[in-house]
Amino acid sequence: MADRNEPLHQIKSRRDSALNALVSGVPYMTWLGIRFDRRGDELTAILPYDAKLIGNPMLPAIHGGVTAAFLEVTAIIELSWAAMWEDLESGRIAPDAAVPDSLPRLPKTIDFTVDYLRSGLPRDAYARARVVRSGRRYASVHVEAWQDNRARLIAQATGHFLMPQP
Amino acid sequence: MTDPADHARIAQQFIEAIPHARALGMRVDEIGQGRAVISMPWADHLVGDPRTGVIHGGVVSALMDTCCGAAVMAHPTNPRSTATIDLRIDYMRAATPGQRITARAECYHMTRSVAFLRATALDDDPDNPVASATGAFTAER
Repeated sequence: MADRNEPLHQIKSRRDSALNALVSGVPYMTWLGIRFDRRGDELTAILPYDAKLIGNPMLPAIHGGVTAAFLEVTAIIELSWAAMWEDLESGRIAPDAAVPDSLPRLPKTIDFTVDYLRSGLPRDAYARARVVRSGRRYASVHVEAWQDNRARLIAQATGHFLMPQP
Repeated sequence: MTDPADHARIAQQFIEAIPHARALGMRVDEIGQGRAVISMPWADHLVGDPRTGVIHGGVVSALMDTCCGAAVMAHPTNPRSTATIDLRIDYMRAATPGQRITARAECYHMTRSVAFLRATALDDDPDNPVASATGAFTAER
């Protein structure tokens, strides 16, 4: 049961440190420079532009594989975040980046289909995922990525995931 | 005319010109006739699951996408350039930590403007693919 009078800084600190633990535990996300912006339980993934992300130096454009990876990372973090939210808020778990065993196990990708809509420009990209259906064993997630305009997607994807079993 | 060794050298230069392919350490092993084989080494910073050391699925996507693109460029109809329209990846099992990952892509059908591709990703066990992919790519003339 949520405590109405819980100090705000305590709430923010619990949520931010859990999110940080989830993200900083994955070396590949750190290497790509992916971070997450949190508003309540809503997450927005940010992929800051870097020269190593380029796939077509002539245009230039971000590598399609980077776009796919960014979408997949966003889907996995959103799914883990949504799955752990109740346990986090009730205090049953307290993920801590310094204690690997405290981190929830991540869902495994079964399949992932990326629809490329526009070429990725050499600038920051953003993504948000929506858990369409999450059962005990399988989940389906839709994710969208954009750059300058939220309505002009650069790519979208749907993926199926195997949830970690308790 | 170029012989196969020249072809592979040109393809490797093409890969080296792609910053992200270089960042992942990709190497062209075979190329020609609408087919490509590209591999890359396992590395610490590419790990997606720190508990097991298994490489992130996104890395496999990047390798498959590059390999499919290279197969389109190596098609006998010589497309001028290509871009991914869609790519679906099925992850069959976790890639074994520490082993190279090799993608093999084949352009199984080509129209004036679209190339259709199939690809698989393997580690050291050649009989048990890590992932398979199907995709549609543009073929610009």
